[in-house]
Amino acid sequence: MTGTNLFEQQKRNLRRTTGFLAGFVAFLAFLGIGADFFLYGSGAGPGFPIATIGALLFGAGSSLWALRAGDRAVLESANARPVDRSDPGQQQLDNIVEEMAIAGGLPKPAVYVIPDHDPNAFATGSGPEKSSVAVTAGLIEALNREELQAVVSHEMAHVKNYDVRLMTVVAALVGSVLLISDFGRRGIRWGGGRRRSSRSGGGGGAVMLVFLVLWIVSILLAPLIARLVAMAVSREREYLADASGSELTRNPGALASALEKIDAAKEPTPSIKQGVAHLCIADPRGRRINEREGGLAELLATHPPIAKRIALLREMAYQAR
Amino acid sequence: MGAIGGCFLFLVLIAVFAAIWAIWRYNNLVALKYQVANAWKQIDVQLKRRHDLIPNLIAAVRGEMQFEQDTLEKVIAARNSAVAARGVADTAEKENALTQTLSRLFALAENYPNLKANESVRTLMEELTSTENKVGFARQYYNDVATRYNTAQQVFPDSLIAQTFKFQPVELYEIKEPAEREVPKVDLNIRPQ
Repeated sequence: MTGTNLFEQQKRNLRRTTGFLAGFVAFLAFLGIGADFFLYGSGAGPGFPIATIGALLFGAGSSLWALRAGDRAVLESANARPVDRSDPGQQQLDNIVEEMAIAGGLPKPAVYVIPDHDPNAFATGSGPEKSSVAVTAGLIEALNREELQAVVSHEMAHVKNYDVRLMTVVAALVGSVLLISDFGRRGIRWGGGRRRSSRSGGGGGAVMLVFLVLWIVSILLAPLIARLVAMAVSREREYLADASGSELTRNPGALASALEKIDAAKEPTPSIKQGVAHLCIADPRGRRINEREGGLAELLATHPPIAKRIALLREMAYQAR
Repeated sequence: MGAIGGCFLFLVLIAVFAAIWAIWRYNNLVALKYQVANAWKQIDVQLKRRHDLIPNLIAAVRGEMQFEQDTLEKVIAARNSAVAARGVADTAEKENALTQTLSRLFALAENYPNLKANESVRTLMEELTSTENKVGFARQYYNDVATRYNTAQQVFPDSLIAQTFKFQPVELYEIKEPAEREVPKVDLNIRPQ
């Protein structure tokens, strides 16, 4: 049986993701602490660490807002419509979603169809109790029943593994980091000089200098680092969703052939905005970036190279025999 | 006094921890037991839906498929005996027989292009196909949860709790018929009807 194999992969991916998230929060705190030390000078005395608390609160607040209202915003931006059971293809889609919900022992998510010819799909929501699965009309057309089931199982796995929740939070945290680093850059320009002149006699000069340099470098690189981390998390979740989705259907081969068909349609999916890319089955930008392996190309993608995913799935299909 | 008091305190602490552990493991078993019951109910819901759909489908295809009376009768007979089934093993066997007659019907229906063009037949076919899948997935989920429940009863030291409170292992929903497991024998001899 492949059960243990899939399960191990799931556990390993979950551990890594916890690490990523902890790193994110630490990074946010680091930016805040630095601002307190160098811009407001409160770190040296018993002052109130306003920037640290502000940064963490802002991150938490925007995450909460995204969890409460984010799914509706995403569905509206993609122009998604509730499934229409009088259409044969959509009736089948609705049935398939219910089948996969049963396989995962989950409540059935709301089903939406996006009027777009490019095959793609995404899941959104804040957890298994409140989730939605959206599929493009092109996907329903291009895939057979087994393949459509495999894609839905991938999305259902995103729901079951709390990926939709994690990715929503990560997106909100990236936003917070961007905003705070922006504040920080302005602070360096305006307030940095004032602090140095008033407090230059303080002890531990060398350590403070290293900290200051590190902090300024982080502020400058924050937008890039935040995006890289978000994409790394996203890629992990894709492998995990491929694995645990196949655990639902017990048919990794169908997902492999579905991915081949999606890959063959190279056009971007204009209806799906870039902000939702990490929730899709394949990158909606339709860029060739997902095909190159290793190095920078892989760092900048929200999804692992499709060829790599297909190879892994084929391997699972072989083991299942 | 000090030594005895210390010993006493030590024993009390151990007893408290043992009690907390026992309650925790007991609750775990109870939670699993209800998950199993719930998973079984899900199978039941889908089986009922299947039983309800079959007469509709038969009525819809009867006109076109009058030369397949034999197959249609078999489907109805299998459905009726499945409706009467009780218990996990009995249900599994009779539902499996129904699955086989149904797949034969589906295969035969491929020969009737008129049926596929018929809107209501097509809708019914899709509903029944989906229900077949749902039965399969509900069974898969039930077996997963049931296996977890049975394993939890047997691993040490949880087995002590399971034995004390008389938790019983549950039956898996298995396909017992040898026909499903054997390699199909292909017989190409043409026999006179």
